[in-house]
Amino acid sequence: MIHSLFLINSSGDIFLEKHWKSVVSRSVCDYFFEAQERATEAENVPPVIPTPHHYLLSVYRHKIFFVAVIQTEVPPLFVIEFLHRVVDTFQDYFGVCSEPVIKDNVVVVYEVLEEMLDNGFPLATESNILKELIKPPTILRTVVNTITGSTNVGDQLPTGQLSVVPWRRTGVKYTNNEAYFDVIEEIDAIIDKSGSTITAEIQGVIDACVKLTGMPDLTLSFMNPRLLDDVSFHPCVRFKRWESERILSFIPPDGNFRLLSYHMLSWDVGKINPQKLPSLKGTMSLQAGASKPDENPTINLQFKIQQLAISGLKVNRLDMYGEKYKPFKGIKYMTKAGKFQVRT
Amino acid sequence: MSAAPAYSEDKGGSAGPGEPEYGHDPASGGIFSSDYKRHDDLKEMLDTNKDSLKLEAMKRIVAMIARGKNASDLFPAVVKNVACKNIEVKKLVYVYLVRYAEEQQDLALLSISTFQRGLKDPNQLIRASALRVLSSIRVPIIVPIMMLAIKEAASDMSPYVRKTAAHAIPKLYSLDSDQKDQLIEVIEKLLADKTTLVAGSVVMAFEEVCPERIDLIHKNYRKLCNLLIDVEEWGQVVIISMLTRYARTQFLSPTQNESLLEENAEKAFYGSEEDEAKGAGSEETAAAAAPSRKPYVMDPDHRLLLRNTKPLLQSRSAAVVMAVAQLYFHLAPKAEVGVIAKALVRLLRSHSEVQYVVLQNVATMSIKRRGMFEPYLKSFYIRSTDPTQIKILKLEVLTNLANETNIPTVLREFQTYIRSMDKDFVAATIQAIGRCATNIGRVRDTCLNGLVQLLSNRDELVVAESVVVIKKLLQMQPAQHGEIIKHLAKLTDNIQVPMARASILWLIGEYCEHVPRIAPDVLRKMAKSFTAEEDIVKLQVINLAAKLYLTNSKQTKLLTQYVLSLAKYDQNYDIRDRARFTRQLIVPSEQGGALSRHAKKLFLAPKPAPVLESSFKDRDHFQLGSLSHLLNAKATGYQELPDWPEEAPDPSVRNVEVPEWTKCSNREKRKEKEKPFYSDSEGESGPTESADSDPESESESDSKSSSESGSGESSSESDNEDQDEDEEKGRGSESEQSEEDGKRKTKKKVPERKGEASSSDEGSDSSSSSSESEMTSESEEEQLEPASWSRKTPPSSKSAPATKEISLLDLEDFTPPSVQPVSPPAIVSTSLAADLEGLTLTDSTLVPSLLSPVSGVGRQELLHRVAGEGLAVDYTFSRQPFSGDPHMVSVHIHFSNSSDTPIKGLHVGTPKLPAGISIQEFPEIESLAPGESATAVMGINFCDSTQAANFQLCTQTRQFYVSIQPPVGELMAPVFMSENEFKKEQGKLMGMNEITEKLMLPDTCRSDHIVVQKVTATANLGRVPCGTSDEYRFAGRTLTGGSLVLLTLDARPAGAAQLTVNSEKMVIGTMLVKDVIQALTQ
Repeated sequence: MIHSLFLINSSGDIFLEKHWKSVVSRSVCDYFFEAQERATEAENVPPVIPTPHHYLLSVYRHKIFFVAVIQTEVPPLFVIEFLHRVVDTFQDYFGVCSEPVIKDNVVVVYEVLEEMLDNGFPLATESNILKELIKPPTILRTVVNTITGSTNVGDQLPTGQLSVVPWRRTGVKYTNNEAYFDVIEEIDAIIDKSGSTITAEIQGVIDACVKLTGMPDLTLSFMNPRLLDDVSFHPCVRFKRWESERILSFIPPDGNFRLLSYHMLSWDVGKINPQKLPSLKGTMSLQAGASKPDENPTINLQFKIQQLAISGLKVNRLDMYGEKYKPFKGIKYMTKAGKFQVRT
Repeated sequence: MSAAPAYSEDKGGSAGPGEPEYGHDPASGGIFSSDYKRHDDLKEMLDTNKDSLKLEAMKRIVAMIARGKNASDLFPAVVKNVACKNIEVKKLVYVYLVRYAEEQQDLALLSISTFQRGLKDPNQLIRASALRVLSSIRVPIIVPIMMLAIKEAASDMSPYVRKTAAHAIPKLYSLDSDQKDQLIEVIEKLLADKTTLVAGSVVMAFEEVCPERIDLIHKNYRKLCNLLIDVEEWGQVVIISMLTRYARTQFLSPTQNESLLEENAEKAFYGSEEDEAKGAGSEETAAAAAPSRKPYVMDPDHRLLLRNTKPLLQSRSAAVVMAVAQLYFHLAPKAEVGVIAKALVRLLRSHSEVQYVVLQNVATMSIKRRGMFEPYLKSFYIRSTDPTQIKILKLEVLTNLANETNIPTVLREFQTYIRSMDKDFVAATIQAIGRCATNIGRVRDTCLNGLVQLLSNRDELVVAESVVVIKKLLQMQPAQHGEIIKHLAKLTDNIQVPMARASILWLIGEYCEHVPRIAPDVLRKMAKSFTAEEDIVKLQVINLAAKLYLTNSKQTKLLTQYVLSLAKYDQNYDIRDRARFTRQLIVPSEQGGALSRHAKKLFLAPKPAPVLESSFKDRDHFQLGSLSHLLNAKATGYQELPDWPEEAPDPSVRNVEVPEWTKCSNREKRKEKEKPFYSDSEGESGPTESADSDPESESESDSKSSSESGSGESSSESDNEDQDEDEEKGRGSESEQSEEDGKRKTKKKVPERKGEASSSDEGSDSSSSSSESEMTSESEEEQLEPASWSRKTPPSSKSAPATKEISLLDLEDFTPPSVQPVSPPAIVSTSLAADLEGLTLTDSTLVPSLLSPVSGVGRQELLHRVAGEGLAVDYTFSRQPFSGDPHMVSVHIHFSNSSDTPIKGLHVGTPKLPAGISIQEFPEIESLAPGESATAVMGINFCDSTQAANFQLCTQTRQFYVSIQPPVGELMAPVFMSENEFKKEQGKLMGMNEITEKLMLPDTCRSDHIVVQKVTATANLGRVPCGTSDEYRFAGRTLTGGSLVLLTLDARPAGAAQLTVNSEKMVIGTMLVKDVIQALTQ
């Protein structure tokens, strides 16, 4: 499916290549560079570029183009989804995904890519499994490696791939057992010239950071699960249980992961006193000497409200089964502006 | 830029500052000599004995490969290290090999033997990785070796190795397509695999090697549908896409009736009364046609696919959601397609590349199924921050969704877009307005006026685009728009965009009769600037001249001749040609010119108004979600989406043979209603089988085990919250059953009740489940026998490859296959024994002895109901091979709830186990209602010791510490062997391995039957036929180590007897002797 991957920076240098089948010459990227030149901005490079013998599918993240080369029919989203998974994995491994970081860790990157695909078909894409195969670098380990001359390749055979919960690595141990959940909601809205709302919707996610020993089995219940109508889940969530009881029951992956995301079309503001209409005022000043823009610009708003989920979603309780220690549990709510635009 | 500093700096693993030294630009590797030097020191490092140096060298080599630098000259030095003990070095060597083996085929062969050895490793992960590398090195000469390895691995007992085999198939196929037929056989075998781990990979192999062999899918269709939800995401995409194609060949169109109605509806909507009359007419014809066609009933298998894919719309993976969406679009009845809209709209929040692909598909869908996305109109509104390509696609969707009712909103939205600073986007918006105007007659004038206003826009591009669109709109009703044309004519002074100028000229020429005074003047101006114009404008000037000459030759004759003369000497031959052609046509020549008489007709014929169509129209003949759809061109390897068949092919091809059905018969009938009647574990399914994460299937699997153990009542009626759904599902799968099954169902009810009765009889020594059910089944109906046969055989078939392996794969160090005295080393299945019964010489006592009808120790208490606060737990050793791991003792755990509240979430907590001992937990029991009981199976690998396995039994609220200590007799499994084999083996286990003990048999214990029963009750051994009447022989193997345990009881007259146990494991032998004597003398 996926033949090769090229990592290209915004100035058009190929700084990493990986082939899963026969080697595809890097000259295939010339077609990509052409498209890159044509597009005024990086975001406008078409994600799918046909060339005479190959197809180039790319994603652009962290100022890097991840260009996959494919030769035969394959669902484009399959490749795009995979490329994003690659970026997420790098981010998970190195904290940030950037050209210097990738160059610094080129061996680990190469090994991770080797494990992620077999003959171009995804093999191990769960970062928990990958971390069992290839340990992510830490400062301590880098120091140790320098002294002992070892690498980050796991010295034990990974059993995660065979496990009943393929997303969780085995033998997890922590001295402090903790589980944090962040309910983050973003408001996407378009406000028109006159101040009336054209669209407003809420995009919510529950991001988790779970550091629990062993094989904990968690259930998370909501005060008002009915609010969640359009939801997508991490594969660890038992879908049937959600369907029947509206309870999230899951054995969590180790570390950071997105438990679920949801989407709400309506945004209920609640009661507002008509005498005291809330209003926000702001002024926009142009740089001195700059000419007035041709058109009325659109204003993008950014704001944050701590400890509030604007949809009213509330977590009721979190229970853990399967382990006998008492974990530390935490939940945080936050509302942010998503794509909040005011047209002028 | 010497090599040394680069090396030392890079040593740290994080080569930050040292990096650019040699990495940055491969092209600049101009310093050839230093390159050579460096490679030399790499070679030296690889030749040392120090792993750390080797590792350092390999790291640098891999870094070179990653940067695209050539490291092939190091091949000999690297390949030497393929057998390196250090796993880190080894891994990097593999990485290198896979990259360069193709270029250095001869040298690569040196490494093959290492992988062949790896293929036989007892560790499944090593076997898998050996196969993975072996199949990745693309050296044609090893094709036969690969073929063998794949075939072997395809019947490996580890599902992970089988998955790797599936991955290897396309690799071999691309290396040598002549192997196709053999590979198809392997694919066929792996398609029948019942584990989720394999399913996705084998379907991928199927799609790459033999997508045309749709017939291979029939038998696996239902299984694939049922497994789907537990397959990993990538596999899901591949399976769904393949099943879409499959369904298109096997089922009837669910919209065949609807499509007629749809047409009528549309006519009625748009049409005048006449049309309506016609519509009614066609409805009649439809009605008339209906009887000739059978009323449509959806095939239950078609329904099964739709039902099982629907939950995946909630996957986090955009690729899976898209796959399900396209499946619904292509396969679902119109009324059901709507569900995908919400999921697709949700994807619009994702990365812009995902949006790009999703919007392309939504654009195609929204043409055919506009209603589906109408409620989400606002989700397609454009934000100033969207990339241009996303904006344009959203515009496309908005235009497709526009209709009489929402057009005001849409147009208002468009108005704001026109003010955008992104000019490409504005141009697209103007075209979109044009399309709305042509599609929705009501707003045509509004749109036209709006566009005309845009003509005074400051931006020339906007004006130009407007002109082009106005031109198209005017063609629809030119007569009313003389004013607009005049307005446009004035623009020729200012507007420079060629396409716009050309459009204006065409308009004036075409409708010169409406602007008789202006047209000649425009021509005059254009004639002046003719030489400076772009080609398309020149052509239109000629065109305008010709038309004016024909209508108004008095005023324009000279001008026309002037223009034509200019054109005659133009640099562009198109223009010269056009000029010559036009002149001949319009100017009557002396030859009479038959054509010129018709010139007016030629030039001024009424022209049909252009239709502004979406570029996504009819794109749905490509499978949605595919690359070909996105490119609107067939990509290599694209599989056409077939049209629905006229007549449905025989649905019975998907029926699976009877044994498959009856296997879960009896009490499991209820289960199979719930869903995958064959998706749950057979003997060979690995641990991943239980990876099933959703509670329904969990409860299902444990109730399955409960039914195995014979407590039929535990598959309780009060079972599930989502009963409705179950019932619905039940209906579905019930109807899946062919009629003959229906008949059987009535039969099945009988044994069901029996099972309940016997298990509720607590007093009776609860007999080992399966044998009991088997006995019932044997007595009830013989049909069931093959079922239990097929259930039990896998362990023995598993052992087969182990012996075969030696002869097949060992090309390097070939040894003649050692003749194993004991033929199949693994556990002889009870039913196999039953089948062999007829072949043996001994009397019928053999059967009970091998069947081990009584589990050795009876029920043991694990947790007393007082200690357990109402939860009482017993366990028995079922003596059945534990599915998934043959080294495990399978223990049946019986739970009963004597409290008055339901006990929830029963599962095993962290076991604290002595070294070597491992536990395969039973799936969590969701809930146990008061008064109810349930049974679960867990596997324990005691590691051939009688150490207790301690673990926690957890409920939602409590945790209980429990422990299971096995009697020594349960640590083994029977082996079937002949008398001679027995003696031969016994001969090998003399001396220290033999323990002999004398005893007196009490009077009560002198009949054959009782002796055999007592021994087999104590130890899980199989009886060995024996020539002499007062000698009894039993044989078994320990579960973990597989050491033989041979037991001989020599009964002399008058009760004196001698017991001999031969076993490598002396401790086991000693304990066994003690236990057996105790059993016999009591």
